[in-house]
Amino acid sequence: MNALKFSRKNLGIPYAVFLAVFVILPLILIVYYAFTDANGAFTLSNFTNFFKSPTNVTILIRSFGIAFLSTVLCLVIGYPVAYLLARSNLKKSGVLLMLFVLPMWINFVLRTAAMKELLYFLGMYESGKLHYLNTVIGMVYDYLPVTILPLYTVIQKLDKNVLEASSDLGAKPLYTFINTTLPLSMPGIVSAITMVFLPSTTSYVISDTLGNSKVTIIGKLIENKFNSGAADSWQAGSAIALVLLLLIFVTMFISGKFQNDDDSSARGNGLW
Amino acid sequence: MAEKIIELVGVTKSYDGTTVVDDMTLYIRKGEFVTFLGPSGCGKTTTLRMIAGFEMPDSGKILLSGKDISDLPPYMRPVNTVFQRYALFPHLNVYDNIAYGLKLKKVKVTYQNNSGKTFTRTEKLTKAEISAKVKKALKMVDLEGFEKRDVTTLSGGQQQRIAIARAIVNEPQILLLDEPLGALDLKMRKDMQLELKEMHKKLGITFIYVTHDQEEALTMSDTIVVMKDGAIQQIGTPTDIYNEPKSSFVANFIGESNIFSGTIVGNRKVRFLGKTFDMVDDFELNEKVDVVVRPEDVFLVDEGLGQVDGLITSCIFKGVHYEMAMAIGNNEIVIQDTVQREAGTRASVIIKPADIHIMHKEFVSNVYDGIITKRNTVKFAEGEFECDVTQLYPGSYLDEEGYLVLKSGEKLDLTDEQVKVEIGLKDIEIIDNEDDGDSCGEIVSIIYKGDHYQIIVRTFEEEEDFVIDTEYAWNEFDKVSVKIAPEKIKLTLKVENKNERA
Repeated sequence: MNALKFSRKNLGIPYAVFLAVFVILPLILIVYYAFTDANGAFTLSNFTNFFKSPTNVTILIRSFGIAFLSTVLCLVIGYPVAYLLARSNLKKSGVLLMLFVLPMWINFVLRTAAMKELLYFLGMYESGKLHYLNTVIGMVYDYLPVTILPLYTVIQKLDKNVLEASSDLGAKPLYTFINTTLPLSMPGIVSAITMVFLPSTTSYVISDTLGNSKVTIIGKLIENKFNSGAADSWQAGSAIALVLLLLIFVTMFISGKFQNDDDSSARGNGLW
Repeated sequence: MAEKIIELVGVTKSYDGTTVVDDMTLYIRKGEFVTFLGPSGCGKTTTLRMIAGFEMPDSGKILLSGKDISDLPPYMRPVNTVFQRYALFPHLNVYDNIAYGLKLKKVKVTYQNNSGKTFTRTEKLTKAEISAKVKKALKMVDLEGFEKRDVTTLSGGQQQRIAIARAIVNEPQILLLDEPLGALDLKMRKDMQLELKEMHKKLGITFIYVTHDQEEALTMSDTIVVMKDGAIQQIGTPTDIYNEPKSSFVANFIGESNIFSGTIVGNRKVRFLGKTFDMVDDFELNEKVDVVVRPEDVFLVDEGLGQVDGLITSCIFKGVHYEMAMAIGNNEIVIQDTVQREAGTRASVIIKPADIHIMHKEFVSNVYDGIITKRNTVKFAEGEFECDVTQLYPGSYLDEEGYLVLKSGEKLDLTDEQVKVEIGLKDIEIIDNEDDGDSCGEIVSIIYKGDHYQIIVRTFEEEEDFVIDTEYAWNEFDKVSVKIAPEKIKLTLKVENKNERA
């Protein structure tokens, strides 16, 4: 009977199995392929090959550039909206929030395709010179809802009394915003950055569709390497994937540093 | 007397149609420790927030040293607030929290240049000045050396001290405190009360303190402003408020009291509890009054030796004293005494003339503006009541069609006629079921007056009050309906109408 005794720990088993098969195992495989050659011998040439090629490095920098720009734009557009929704006394703010988040309910590829048609209609798609702009527009369009949501949650939870205290102590509204509202909404900002920056470095569906296949970002490069048919296709692809993983770790570590360390109530904290 | 530092003139504030502060006029003198005291929802916090500038009054003026500051935003007022829940900046350490206001502060500095000419300009405080001030403020609240501590790691009491330091460091003209000790435990609260009082003496600035705790108000204040339903009930020193409450609400709110219905029967003589007592106030003969006697002012002696005898019905030990209830006829009197008397024994009470406080009756009758409807009923306070309309015109009667026929034979249709409706306190019946009466509402107040309860039923929409004397106890916040016998409704025509018809 003892063997059949059910403990609460057992509830985690399905996830543990899932984790092992679909997260840990692929990671091990990536690491394995990244450090071996076509014959299975240890080598670092996959990495050196990657960094030796100026095209590859350009693509890497470009990916981060696009991601950075998209993230900044998302924050610049999303923060005021989230602030208004959370702090104003609008009776219908719930409905408004829903409108902003509604695009998330529509399939991502479908949304991107629709965006393409829209850009086409505006004459921005065919001009041939706006691929990067189109890509960034697409990224911002796709990731704006996930920017607004965490910001909204954090701003809404801000203690009104703390902001009043700032005003009470002689701070004009702008000073209060910069020195109190903004620092206190940092958890939401970090959360939003995570939600936007990460996927926009790699989601080549957007850059492919809206950049007319002329904008190659790192995700696309990895795909190309894996599908190249060369003898070392998996090794080369895995090495880039690993480089990307490490770079993202570094980025998240840096952005996480901006967050107040002991504010454990923040969403997504402890993830990075 | 010191000059007036802040003045409220006819200040009114309402939210969503509910008046929270109603035409409040008040002044506070420089250096005073003033407490706004009242039950929750009485408008005391809203008043404080209007002085701080967080809320703007709908009408009326707020004057600071004679200057109108009604429209100034909080950051332009020389006033600082200590919030109930501290409201410290969680992302800043103790030092930066306290220095927040100092970093923004500008002071006038006078210079003398080489040619001996003086000129002044406004400058920010230097780092050294700020640091010195923060240190001094921390010393004031007994938290020296806490500069680098993270505010979120501090206990509630320490956070409250930091909040106080953050406010007083700016040397405001007025310090506003919004139930600052509400979140602390009893022991800590008592300590902080004394410390705040001490601080007030040392700093010499005006303190405006908001609390619902009457003991706190009595301990700390120079002046207490008792509030209820957005209006001031009484302003006075703690001793005045305690000893000479102006209304039964104040008497009941500030400490425990026995309140009885009495009649003035002679020069400085009042009759209640079935006996005539001597007292010290002058009141009009035969006036119906409320008599307030504090439980600690009632002396118990053996049966037959006092002014009036009764039966002890309960005796509870309260630490320093025993609290006993005694039945005298239909009345009950609460007594605090250090000598225990068993329940079931008989005793006699003595009340000294100086301990008998007489107040004018607050409500002698209920008065409303009503309108006569088609069916010869009267509409007021969200209800339609049957009544006798013939009382409006002597000698008149109602014919079969419902018209009022005057003595002269003239037919009259009273529909939409405006009338004054008067109903005695004892003539309104409370019914448990909301649908059974003619109008319904919520019980908003119950005051025990010796042999009966005075209950206020407030209607839901128009917030009209029915003041009702009844011998039955009801619960506050009960939803009830009221019924009034037709013959108990006294109607009078509005004067102008009467003239027209004459």
